[in-house]
Amino acid sequence: MATVVFAKAFRRHVECPDELVTGSSLREVMEGYFVMHPGTRSYVLDELGAVRKHVTVFLNSNQISDRRHLTDALGPNDTVHVFQALSGG
Amino acid sequence: MLAASPATTLLVGTRKGLFDFDASGTTPHIRALHFAGAPCSAVLADPRDGTWYAALDHGHFGCKLHRSDDRGATWQEVATPAYPADASDDASGDATTQLLWCLEAGHPEQPGTLWCGTIPGGLFRSDDRGESWSLVRSLWDRPERKEWFGGGFDLPGLHSISVDPRGPGRMAIGVSCGGAWRTTDDGATWELSTGMSADFMPPDRQLDDAIQDPHRVVRCSTDPDVLWTQHHNGIFRSTDDCRTWQRIETAPVSSFGFALAVHPTDGDTAWFVPAEVDEVRIPVDGRMIVNRTSDGGATFTTTRDGLPQQHAYHLVYRHGLDVDGSGQRLAMASTTGSMWCSNDGGEQFQSITDHLPPVACVRWC
Repeated sequence: MATVVFAKAFRRHVECPDELVTGSSLREVMEGYFVMHPGTRSYVLDELGAVRKHVTVFLNSNQISDRRHLTDALGPNDTVHVFQALSGG
Repeated sequence: MLAASPATTLLVGTRKGLFDFDASGTTPHIRALHFAGAPCSAVLADPRDGTWYAALDHGHFGCKLHRSDDRGATWQEVATPAYPADASDDASGDATTQLLWCLEAGHPEQPGTLWCGTIPGGLFRSDDRGESWSLVRSLWDRPERKEWFGGGFDLPGLHSISVDPRGPGRMAIGVSCGGAWRTTDDGATWELSTGMSADFMPPDRQLDDAIQDPHRVVRCSTDPDVLWTQHHNGIFRSTDDCRTWQRIETAPVSSFGFALAVHPTDGDTAWFVPAEVDEVRIPVDGRMIVNRTSDGGATFTTTRDGLPQQHAYHLVYRHGLDVDGSGQRLAMASTTGSMWCSNDGGEQFQSITDHLPPVACVRWC
């Protein structure tokens, strides 16, 4: 179980409220979030399922380590922060 | 064939959104800005049903496609062309959509069919007005694609889609850098055109048809065997439906450029926006011009009237020039945010604005 929080920059384009989502890995949690809000998937992941080049994902205060497969493990009180990377133009 | 009535709307895709110009009078003016702040890489006003489509290139969030059934009053995000996992290979690496570079309506007998050209070079088809898309594998899986390379971008890009009005399933496409191709069986098979030449290749590869850089490929709507190409190394014309190309050597000032427009009812008439070659890419001597031929390229007329003639450093991208269905109204806009229009087939231009964001595409409707 983790809380998923999107940065304000996403909210201009797609509905992405904070949600409490079940899962023990980042992949499980994000897939759960995408079921709740299907429009958000393509804003976060590319078509191969990797985190977009100009999106950053933090697990609590640290950037995730696996942007391709999202295997980072999550604990019950963790928070996933999804930001726009400052590289993104 | 009678020419269509003059267009009354002009859509302009820019680095900071899609501008809707009211062009019902002689001087277009801005009516609305859509998607403020988001780069708009391609726009289509479907002549079959009036639907508008806008391709966005969010720097952070990837490419997106939006559709409007009420001329921009409301927009709905629809599906974005996306590469299947098995499209990745050694040539393309991880194939993902980098840019929606052109959007075209399908043949009138295929309502709902849309075509989209992308970077890294894939052609996509939708048969449901953009609700879903599929990669045209017959082109993507051609062995020649592994020879393609980027022109202006890191990866190859499909920028021109020219549907043949003579019947559904006939189409030509242009790729930088991957040549010009045609299909007559609705994309089941593809034929690579021949006749262009590339100075940017080693001597024994310059005539290789599969690596040519046609910056833009445009067909004459009512004389569909005639297509024109503004190539990286000059102007070419085809009179046999994109099978072969002949070089046109007569353009004055410069034959380098990106944009071209073809008269909708006269395949001998076309317009070009020259720039100083290759390494420079600004108007020659800082003077903005448009070259027009009305005799199939035998001769050209250079228009300067209404265009800046000193210290002008505009570049007009591939889709930055368009002619309307009447063949009389031209619009042209630059990377430095200026736009000019002509109401007399390019005899003279008038400045519309100098204050747009960098312009990717203009389109009459």
